[in-house]
Amino acid sequence: MVNTKVKLCGITLSNPIIPASGTFGFGQEFAMLYDLNCLGSFCLKALTKEARYGNPTPRIAEGKNGVINAVGLENPGVNEFIKEEYPRLKKIYKNKVIANVSGFSIDDYVYVVKKLNNCPQIGWFEINISCPNVHGGGMAFGTDKDVAAKVTKAVKKVSKKPIIVKLSPNVTDIVSIAKAVEKAGADAISLVNTFLSMRIDLKKRTPIIKNTFGGYSGDAIFPIALRMVYQVAHAVKIPVIGIGGISSAEDVIEMMLAGATAVEIGSANLVDPYICPKIINDLPKVMKQYKIESLKEIIGGCK
Amino acid sequence: MKNVVLKIKENKLIAKNTYRLVLTGDLTNKYPYRPGSFVNLLIPGFYLRRPISICDINNKEVVLIYKVVGKGTLQLSKMKKGEINTLVDMGNGYNISPVKNTALLVGGGAGIPPMYYLAKELLKKKKHVITVLGFNSEKEIFYDNEFKKLGVKVVIATLDGSVGVKGLVTDAMKGLKYDYVYACGPIPMLKAIYKDAKAPGQYSLEERMGCGFGVCRGCSIKTKAGIRRVCKDGPVFKGEDIIW
Repeated sequence: MVNTKVKLCGITLSNPIIPASGTFGFGQEFAMLYDLNCLGSFCLKALTKEARYGNPTPRIAEGKNGVINAVGLENPGVNEFIKEEYPRLKKIYKNKVIANVSGFSIDDYVYVVKKLNNCPQIGWFEINISCPNVHGGGMAFGTDKDVAAKVTKAVKKVSKKPIIVKLSPNVTDIVSIAKAVEKAGADAISLVNTFLSMRIDLKKRTPIIKNTFGGYSGDAIFPIALRMVYQVAHAVKIPVIGIGGISSAEDVIEMMLAGATAVEIGSANLVDPYICPKIINDLPKVMKQYKIESLKEIIGGCK
Repeated sequence: MKNVVLKIKENKLIAKNTYRLVLTGDLTNKYPYRPGSFVNLLIPGFYLRRPISICDINNKEVVLIYKVVGKGTLQLSKMKKGEINTLVDMGNGYNISPVKNTALLVGGGAGIPPMYYLAKELLKKKKHVITVLGFNSEKEIFYDNEFKKLGVKVVIATLDGSVGVKGLVTDAMKGLKYDYVYACGPIPMLKAIYKDAKAPGQYSLEERMGCGFGVCRGCSIKTKAGIRRVCKDGPVFKGEDIIW
């Protein structure tokens, strides 16, 4: 029997597979397709202080082996979430989930964290300082190491749960930002969020995305995400969650060899809604193939 | 929603840029398929699936009619045999219960196919059906005979006047008597129908979709009833709920 268990900030996951924020809603749609209890955990759609519709449509475009989105953090707001969505979570999942938190000011982040502190099924906060689709929020906090550290410090101060800081790849030096948030008290780092990108409609000669730019994700970004995970994992002591274009058990192992303790699966969920259970199913087989007895032993194992 | 691998039985040109694709396989489903719902096709070489509304369906076969509008549908039109990974039973289709006696079904171009399955379902409920089909010109006309074979009244409108009423579907709607409207087509057409219609109705909207099953929020729109996902809460919405 192979061992797929990993530990993330003191909490044991049955396997390292975590659907990423924004590709899994609040789990309800997927719970109609399969038993979510097979998942190591899952990330909730980003929550903000106020309800948000997000950006005007079209806010989806396609690229080779990937998708551009400019959704812009559509969500019901943290209070509505606690009232309507949170109570339904325990009906579909027995373990702890990750709440993704975003905002437009440090106070916003603190507000959301404080509100969610008393939700026992939330095991971690993933602080989203990397959404490329909102002006004056999200990524604005993740592209400057001092601001990133400031947000981290502020949420760490009020949080009753481990803080995972989700980093943007749209920076010159991701390592310096990773180090800054580690120093500011982050318990873990997840990376990467989407890559700023665009497409142009040849007939109209206008951007396909109404907001001009969106975030690129999907298979295409895997090698770049892997490189960044490798760099960050070698520079910090806290656990790293690898995100970016993962769509197979082999990809998971590769990310873990680069230094990831767990992985988040994003866009692949949109194309194949059964991708996460498939990967979980394949993992033991692929582990045997590469003579891996315990997944946690390969973390950062790339020589 | 159900994920099935379907076999291509037929994929042929039936009008200008318009193809009829017949897929076969295990299409048994817990619930009956709703007219106005769609399937999501995975086309090799393309990352996102392509949503296409159902023209006709039973437990073994689904008929789809699509227009070549970009690289994805062009690639699809070249697939003459083999298999297609398909998500079926997607979206919230037309509700047929509000019709008292006569339903007016208005389709424009690629918006016509879902009207066929809708007409069949309404006929099963012993309702009268009038269809208004809008095209740019004669070369684009398809399925007019199939509708006639169902025994429903068919009125054709062409922009260039090559067949039927010259003008828009709203020109062809004048003088018709009905108590409920169903429409599918480009937004400006739907808007004009809503404005001219003498009865309440349901309208099928279109947006660029990411997933097609409600999780990515790529296709959310604002409606009078709140934020709704075109893929999951729609694509069909009540006319009075749409912010025109």
